Amino acid sequence: MAQPGFPEILSLGDQGYGDELLRGALVTLQISACAYSIGLVIGLAGAMGKLGSNRIVRWILALYTTIVRASPDLIIILLLYYAGTGLLNSMLTARGYTSVHVSGFAAAVAVLAFMYGAYSTEVLRSAIQAIPVGQIEAAKAVGMNPWLRFRRIIVPAMLPLAIPGMGNLWLNVTKDSSLIAVVGYTELLLATRQAAGNTKQYFMFFLCAAFIYLAITLVSNQAFKRIEARFRRGMPKLG
Amino acid sequence: MVWDWLPTYMPLLINGLWITLTLLILSTVIGMIFAVPLALVQALQSPYLATPARAFCTFIRGTPLLVQLWLLYFGLGSLFPMIPGIRQSFLWPVLREGYFYALLAFIISVAGYEGEIMRGAFLGVPKGELEAAKAFGMSPWKVFRRIWFPRAFRLALPVLAGETALTLKATPLAATVTVLDLFGVSNKIRQDTYRVYEPLLLVLVAYVVLYFFIVWAFHWYEKRIPQKR
Repeated sequence: MAQPGFPEILSLGDQGYGDELLRGALVTLQISACAYSIGLVIGLAGAMGKLGSNRIVRWILALYTTIVRASPDLIIILLLYYAGTGLLNSMLTARGYTSVHVSGFAAAVAVLAFMYGAYSTEVLRSAIQAIPVGQIEAAKAVGMNPWLRFRRIIVPAMLPLAIPGMGNLWLNVTKDSSLIAVVGYTELLLATRQAAGNTKQYFMFFLCAAFIYLAITLVSNQAFKRIEARFRRGMPKLG
Repeated sequence: MVWDWLPTYMPLLINGLWITLTLLILSTVIGMIFAVPLALVQALQSPYLATPARAFCTFIRGTPLLVQLWLLYFGLGSLFPMIPGIRQSFLWPVLREGYFYALLAFIISVAGYEGEIMRGAFLGVPKGELEAAKAFGMSPWKVFRRIWFPRAFRLALPVLAGETALTLKATPLAATVTVLDLFGVSNKIRQDTYRVYEPLLLVLVAYVVLYFFIVWAFHWYEKRIPQKR
């Protein structure tokens, strides 16, 4: 069969690989978005735990963030991807349940969320610590309970300080999601590699993937600029 | 936990550690050599070179390192053999090696990230100091060598420390292009002995130790620079 040339090979449908790449990009965005949101929830809980008074919780969280931030992303992903599913199943069978098949998508999201939970913990912790103490004390003084204080004072006051760091985390998670290709789940990079392997057009396909990632980064950058401007309204301009 | 494979694979592991270290050190040092001109043309707003330099840094920082590595290894690697006569040339043994592509990818990546860092650092040096150096009659090269670069380097040092630690954390990617670095060796042990967790945990510990060594070394060097705060 004759190989289609350069523009046609990226067309949608049976002849080209355009739809495969776009579907891969969509999976990349889905994995990133899920992992990022779960990571932020873990981070918020982790930040409150780290600033809380329970010494054992603080110690565990310090261990968690230190180890995750000090070890190579690829090794964590590999360890958790294999060990995590194995551990889950051996725990299930030990308690008499049948073992489950963890989908690649769920495992990828879980692993990245675990990693980004540690990074978010540090970003959010430093943002919360940058809130003037007086504001939190004032909230206590007017009799707000901890949950109300958290919802009305801590979160709104720390968000403008946390948004730049959160933006960086989002950019990193979209890029780190490419490591999932190594454990064999088809997202953008692995879809690219498969397309490149089928057509032997390695250079062109990887360049295409690079530009898709670049587009994601550039669009996200603009979006986060707007979000930051929105959350910083009423505050002095930066720079 | 079974560790009986450890003595057999010890020489391979030490060799892997050596490869990881050379990848890290060579890419950091050579990357820095490329980063300085990249940063300089942006800081000086050179009319023709600033835009390409910025585009390069944006491209490198906006795409995953794994994509860059595979673009070089699979992409360039599949184009090279088309050059007639290259298989007979003295370059071929180098161009066949995954190590070469990994090193190239890491150098380019480090140059892109550190170029951005150094750009900020060059702009962060107080103008008065550069003007004072000029007023002393120093040539532009001498101003750069004696004042601008050393000051910018010290300003950037904490960020460069973080960047070097990140480079270390990225070196296991080399194993995806057949390099037997520390992580690559752990993969090989897994394939040979079917032990999954022990080798991975062992190299993980090695990477964590290296990470803290880098953090400590940069901190030690920073403390040696006398400065008023």
